[in-house]
Amino acid sequence: MGDRLMEKQSILSVIAKHREAGLIGFIIILSIVFQLLNPKFLTIGNLANLITNTTILIILAVGMMLVLITRGIDLSIGSTLALSGMTSSLFVSAYPGLNPLLAILLGIMVGIICGIILGYLVSIIGILPIIASLGLMNVYRGLTFWSSGGGWVSAHQMPASFKGIATSSFLGVNTLILIAIAIFLFFYFFVNYTITGRQIYAVGSNPESAEITGINSKKILLLVYTIMGGLSGLAGVLWVSKFASAQGDTASGYELTVIAACILGGVSIAGGVGRITGVLLGAILLGILDNALPLIDVSPFWQMGIEGGIILFAVLFNVIVNRAVQQNELARRVV
Amino acid sequence: MNTRTISGEREFTWKKFFLQWEWMLVLILISIFMMNSSISPYFFNFINIADATMTFLDKAFIVFPMVMIMIMREIDISVGSTVALSSVVMAMLYNAGLPIGLAIAACLLTGALCGFLNGYLIVRYKELSAVIVTLATMILYRGIAYMLLEDQSAGGFPDWFSYFGWGYVGTIPFILVLFVAFAVIFTLILHKTVFGRHIYAIGSNSKASRFSGVKVDRIKLIVFTLAGLTAAITAIFLTSRMGSTRPNVATMYELDVIAMVALGGISTAGGKGKMTGAILAIFIVGYLQFGLGLINIPAQMLLIVIGLLLIISVTVTNLKFKVKKKKTVGHPQQKNVS
Repeated sequence: MGDRLMEKQSILSVIAKHREAGLIGFIIILSIVFQLLNPKFLTIGNLANLITNTTILIILAVGMMLVLITRGIDLSIGSTLALSGMTSSLFVSAYPGLNPLLAILLGIMVGIICGIILGYLVSIIGILPIIASLGLMNVYRGLTFWSSGGGWVSAHQMPASFKGIATSSFLGVNTLILIAIAIFLFFYFFVNYTITGRQIYAVGSNPESAEITGINSKKILLLVYTIMGGLSGLAGVLWVSKFASAQGDTASGYELTVIAACILGGVSIAGGVGRITGVLLGAILLGILDNALPLIDVSPFWQMGIEGGIILFAVLFNVIVNRAVQQNELARRVV
Repeated sequence: MNTRTISGEREFTWKKFFLQWEWMLVLILISIFMMNSSISPYFFNFINIADATMTFLDKAFIVFPMVMIMIMREIDISVGSTVALSSVVMAMLYNAGLPIGLAIAACLLTGALCGFLNGYLIVRYKELSAVIVTLATMILYRGIAYMLLEDQSAGGFPDWFSYFGWGYVGTIPFILVLFVAFAVIFTLILHKTVFGRHIYAIGSNSKASRFSGVKVDRIKLIVFTLAGLTAAITAIFLTSRMGSTRPNVATMYELDVIAMVALGGISTAGGKGKMTGAILAIFIVGYLQFGLGLINIPAQMLLIVIGLLLIISVTVTNLKFKVKKKKTVGHPQQKNVS
């Protein structure tokens, strides 16, 4: 009996150690099931589509991971995305000759300003991140509607060069995918191999000792929300360019999908825990669901419920695995 | 930690009495009334002021348990989705042939179950913060509402059902009467009962209250269930006022409710705040929205106003707290691990 208990718990601790491998396994099983139900799933065309559609989620999830690691949360990113997408598309529709790179820069600037405001409220004033970002979510959303006068910027108002940001390709690979890869590699290096990156983890896992060891946690918090804002700004331009329309309610509620990707990827909302490869897999898993559920004739109205169920399951699964691991370690110490 | 709320024997001084946040709220409310009267000469009469409450009081029922939740340092952002789900369940059961009374009962039951599930998960899995649990159920509950009704709307209620949203007791709207009754009951519970004192104790120091015999888990479970139940009451009034329901009703209600609670002076650091503040804040937000509607300010501008109101009021209470303490109390985001 005792042996079996140990065995069961050691299986769980293996899962905890090889979380990414588990996710990959789950993704493979899911893919096989979808492939059996609809042979169109694993075709080059569909997979390229799937990855292109997931890039924006990956970009945002990387930023959200940093925020979650510091024990924070950012609910305003959907609105930040909409605001920067709207601003840059309004700008290019007024000046069609504008270099698309400048449009991207403009979007990132808007996002960074949004992020700095949130970061200031959280780090300097000390408002709970959930409350501050909930408030700003509405402010930014309102500003998006206001800046466009409630209207849309549609495809024919955008110059081809702007729409080309998301549709062009380089060496046969879509630009969106290249941007996502660049961001992934940059942040992989940043969180794992730079001092500032490690300080983010330190602030998240134990704020007091981080402060005592001389880390300026306020600066780190401000930085994290600024990065999140900048990435949302970039994602906003890419989103608007990809769908060739900027609306007031662009990406409304998308922040929840982003947080879901992080949680599936093993980021703990209690702070200090999370790996960027896990987040990548979490985002891809959600991307697969998004892509495959319509292919196997699941009503689009079921997607939200399925997503909610999966998030709840992932959250509870995390807790149960962690508890088992801790118990296992305790048991070993007693023996 | 926070002796002000624990000790009842503090000396009463008039200066302290008038320095309360609630007087600030009274001043804001009066200035909103003055603004509204200057916008429309018809605003300032009793009938009008009472009638206006019909437009914003539906969500106010959730404010009462939300005050308790936020005093305990928790949060519930799933209430908007709970409103949608219980409203959809009620309409579908009625359309499936159930008598309206039973459909209303099912609505209340659905809401209570949603709240109970939140409370249960938070109490059972203490590693999880209320933020993440209610974030997940926020998606889940609205997702279920979409599964049930897809892109349809459901309605066709009997004529008398509209009484909840549009009915009067004498010249006073029915919703206002019920609201006052709830306000009295919840204020008494929070400020005059052991249960209420325990809520403050949990918010000030959850661990210490557990060791001193406060049934922390049971109280949290009850309060979260109450939040679900009042969300169902909101669903009844909202559905009655609109005549039909859709899965996307009550989107962002959680923001309005949390903004009202924060404006009411309930500190997000827990353990502080009064029910009267939150009640005043309900009317401030409500009449502000009503007044901006009078001058045809578009709904999107209201978003900005409510968002700013939330941030400014939390900032002011935070700064007040800091000045009083003369030092920061721990890490701002630190959750009390219990």
